[in-house]
Amino acid sequence: MTTERARVSLSVAPAYTGSELLAVMSARLLKEGQTVFAGVGIPLLAAILAQKTHAPGLTILFEGGVIGPFVEAGKLPPSTNEQRCSRRANMLVSITEVLLLLQRGYVDVGFMGGAQIDRFGNLNSSFIGDAENPKIRLPGTGGGNDIASLADMIVAMKHEKRRFVEKVDFITSPGFLDGGDTRTRAGLPAGGMFRVVTDLGILGFDAESRAMTVVALHPGVSAPDIRANTGFDLPVPDDVPVTQAPTMDELAILRELDPEQLYTA
Amino acid sequence: MTIPSYLDLRSKTRARDRSLRDKVMSLEEAARLVADGDSLAIGGCTASRTPMAMIWALIRAGKRDLEVSRSIVSTEGDLLYASGVSRHIITSWFSQGIVWGVSKVMRAYTESKRARFEEWSHMAMGLRYRAGAMGVPFMPMRSMLGSGVLDRAEGAKTMECPFTGETLLLVPALNPEVAIIHVQRCDAYGNAQIDGLTFMDIDMAMAANKVILTTERIVSNEQIRRHPDQTKIGFFTVDAVVEVPFGSAPHECYGLYEPFYSHMDLYAQMTSKDPDAGAQAYLERFYHEPKNWADYLSRIGMAELLDAQRRGSGIYDD
Repeated sequence: MTTERARVSLSVAPAYTGSELLAVMSARLLKEGQTVFAGVGIPLLAAILAQKTHAPGLTILFEGGVIGPFVEAGKLPPSTNEQRCSRRANMLVSITEVLLLLQRGYVDVGFMGGAQIDRFGNLNSSFIGDAENPKIRLPGTGGGNDIASLADMIVAMKHEKRRFVEKVDFITSPGFLDGGDTRTRAGLPAGGMFRVVTDLGILGFDAESRAMTVVALHPGVSAPDIRANTGFDLPVPDDVPVTQAPTMDELAILRELDPEQLYTA
Repeated sequence: MTIPSYLDLRSKTRARDRSLRDKVMSLEEAARLVADGDSLAIGGCTASRTPMAMIWALIRAGKRDLEVSRSIVSTEGDLLYASGVSRHIITSWFSQGIVWGVSKVMRAYTESKRARFEEWSHMAMGLRYRAGAMGVPFMPMRSMLGSGVLDRAEGAKTMECPFTGETLLLVPALNPEVAIIHVQRCDAYGNAQIDGLTFMDIDMAMAANKVILTTERIVSNEQIRRHPDQTKIGFFTVDAVVEVPFGSAPHECYGLYEPFYSHMDLYAQMTSKDPDAGAQAYLERFYHEPKNWADYLSRIGMAELLDAQRRGSGIYDD
């Protein structure tokens, strides 16, 4: 997954959208045999891409109550709660039962999109502005809070300064709260942010302070680029690796999955 | 936030006629079982198995101030706000659907404080109905802790576990006065079979003080008795049965029809520029003007209905 930058810039790179880049990079983080609790959109696409490449035995869970489906190309579900999500599943259960699998510890990775994130990986999908008098009322948590409270998380989102903020307006889904051991002390001893995948790079969290750091940059992205698009001080290690650009094979699978570019425009 | 006393909850149940009797009635008759100000739980999730025909009937009957709860709320929540049927919706997620973006109508009503969207986590909603179904005042759980959702959730409490000393969240039982649930088939007594995803409906039926079932079709009790393992909601919880073909339109009903995508697009268009006027125009055209449910379906359109049905039955192709 890491290559010399110079080499990448010389190779013939296929054109791809930012969303396609997110889907490919996050798919590569998923491992064969894992159980992944996925939201729709990029997480779903990435999970299916992983199934069709290096992780054919990946088990997908949807919060609608679906265990182990294989979603059909060109028939992506509009949410995690329609019949399209259940195609060729091993088991259908109630919403409550599938969420309880998170609590019981059966889920390896929680995987979702994000609207606003802060340096400790807390996510906001509820309010822009003050919660009492919001500028924008967003749709809310859905299963996001439960997934982020109970699983190791991968978040896929666009890297923009207004989305990467020092402190989120509202903690909908907990990351490491105020950093350090504050998450554990709040009553969340398990799970936590693992990776944030953006169109600029891959981010992780310091083992002690729990603050966001750069794990890798995407081809053509510099350290100043990613820092300029982040609303807080984001450390970039000197020897930061560069990811390998999406391959034609990966992009072809994504385009077959989402021919109408419902999620990859 | 008040938890009903356990003996009150039981006495309401015991006062109901729980006998094996014919409960078939019209949408209009069923709407009379809902009183202004009642707490109302809605079955299904997002655009799936929404009891749209019953919601349609409640809006047409001019109900007021229902305290609505649902796992996830889609377009029906917009219409409950815009019609004045509800000014308070309790759910985990509220918008038409991810592909249509954030609901403009929900935003218009909540940001101007004309209506309230009370947010709980999805699992909290599920365990609140489950506590209600179990006849206990709360359920313990391990999410929502540390979040802003917990700060704003009225009635949620944390406790130190008496066994382990850990911090746990306690979420209060939801025992809705009425639950409305749409199913693929049931008998005249209310024994319901549900195909596919059951969402929170089984707990919801057990938690409620009254259940109105709408069903794609009414089958014989003999058919139910041939496969009692398929009965997901038992007659003893049910107070009304209404047969309504395409009763979730324009949302989906598993195995029968998918969402009516063009109509969902039309709704998004109508409410995007001026959400208030758009929602009122939609209500007029599809809720108040139609003579009956068949007329409502006609206005959505035969081509849309056939397309949704073709896609819906495709679930069994593999």
